Amino acid sequence: MTVALRRRVVDWGPPLLVFALGILSWQLLVVAFNVQEFLLPKPTEIARTLWDERSSLWHAGIYTFKEALGGFAIGSSLAILVALVFAAFRPFGTAFMPFAVAANAVPIIAFAPIMNNWFGLLNPFSKMAIAAVLCFFPVLINMLRGLTSVDPRAIELMRSYAAGQTSTFRRVRIPASLPHLFAGLKIASVLSMIGAIVGEYFGGPITALGVTILNASAYTNFSLAWAGIVVASAFGILFYSAVAFAERLTTSWDPSRRAFHGE
Amino acid sequence: MSVPESVVSIRDVSKSFVNGQVQALEDIALEIRPREFVSLIGPSGCGKSTLLRIIGDLIDPSEGVVEVNGKPASQARRDHDYGIVFQEAVLYDWRTVSKNIALPLELLRWGREKRTQRVNEMLRLVELEGFEDRRPWELSGGMQQRVAIARALSFDPSLLLMDEPFGALDEMTRERLNMELLRIWDASGSTIVFVTHSIAEAVFLSTRVVVMSPRPGQIADLVDIDLPYPRTAETREEPRFFELVTGVRERLAGRGAQVEPELLEDAT
Repeated sequence: MTVALRRRVVDWGPPLLVFALGILSWQLLVVAFNVQEFLLPKPTEIARTLWDERSSLWHAGIYTFKEALGGFAIGSSLAILVALVFAAFRPFGTAFMPFAVAANAVPIIAFAPIMNNWFGLLNPFSKMAIAAVLCFFPVLINMLRGLTSVDPRAIELMRSYAAGQTSTFRRVRIPASLPHLFAGLKIASVLSMIGAIVGEYFGGPITALGVTILNASAYTNFSLAWAGIVVASAFGILFYSAVAFAERLTTSWDPSRRAFHGE
Repeated sequence: MSVPESVVSIRDVSKSFVNGQVQALEDIALEIRPREFVSLIGPSGCGKSTLLRIIGDLIDPSEGVVEVNGKPASQARRDHDYGIVFQEAVLYDWRTVSKNIALPLELLRWGREKRTQRVNEMLRLVELEGFEDRRPWELSGGMQQRVAIARALSFDPSLLLMDEPFGALDEMTRERLNMELLRIWDASGSTIVFVTHSIAEAVFLSTRVVVMSPRPGQIADLVDIDLPYPRTAETREEPRFFELVTGVRERLAGRGAQVEPELLEDAT
């Protein structure tokens, strides 16, 4: 027990120390050089705003997170389905994949105003659509790589057991693709928050986090803008951690994970 | 239908790759009888692994016919007539040891109880009791290969195809597993086709050694191994063992000797 506790301190101690030192030097530098608030507010100032506005910031955060989550769910599940189809029908895959890779390199976020036009500025679905398109490509590309980069002998073995394609997918390709899928989902979780917030920058209800940040900086309420950024970051990190936790639960068997943790 | 005399019947099989540019196998004919232990030996590129894959219907021959248990190889594969073991164990990391062994049984739709019972029998056969809930990567290379053998034999196939199964293991593990394989072969009553590039391994294990020559892959010679079973560590020290090893080695070198005999003499 004490060993586990000590390991936890050893694991978490240094990053926490770096965090505390970072915040402290931020505070000291802002005070020492008398930096104007519109350039960079003091951490204590941001913390106070965070506390004072906790109710509205919390609701704004939840509103935007729901958009991100919806987009993530739609984009990722579509990507998984398409990856399965591409892997099962290779000609499809080879015909469409170059476009998927090219689309992944397009700054999709540029479509945000178009989505707002399509689905309506105040409709949360317009932000979900941006988040969904952002999530789609990394999940598709990673999942497809996972499904198709299985050891060919593992497939031969299934053939030797006279297993059909459905069975081979269920028992070999899909489980083997899980580590790749989660690599894609982790990227998607971050992108979905970015998509929702940037979508809101182009217009949305005042209850949204992106609109809160935008309005706060327009009205020179910079500590509120920064507090909004802190809330957005917190939701992003939490979402990423939740996906990483789900990954740990479902791919604990993956030997490469084990090597990474050095046990 | 009468009982077929041969477990494996290979008739005039040829195989070429890259649109006929590379001739991997040419005019292979071979009959393998029930309960035989046949090793395919030859230098790399002689097509021994290709021949094994053709027997298992993992690839098609360009010409010729392969029958397993009197049926076309494709039908035999669908009937689960053979189990296969590769050089690497190819275990599924997301399955425990027992679930790896149970995989073919799941595909055959065996009930849970029957499955558990057979898996336990198999664990006993390959002496891995107590490791059922381990993950593949927690085992040593030799233990992983024993799991692969247990998996291949779990559904009691009449034929076991092995492609250099001990090639990646150290010498000591390899010799121990050779002995275990003979015990398993005896207990399971199956016929084994075994690909190797170790002369000593081929002689120690087999009832018959098929010596192959490369470019194009052909059967150069068949050597009957008349060493009595059970074969033990002492077998490796018998004069007859050395004679047979020398015999296979000479036949492997056979072609070179015909072309340039003086070179071989210089070497010895």
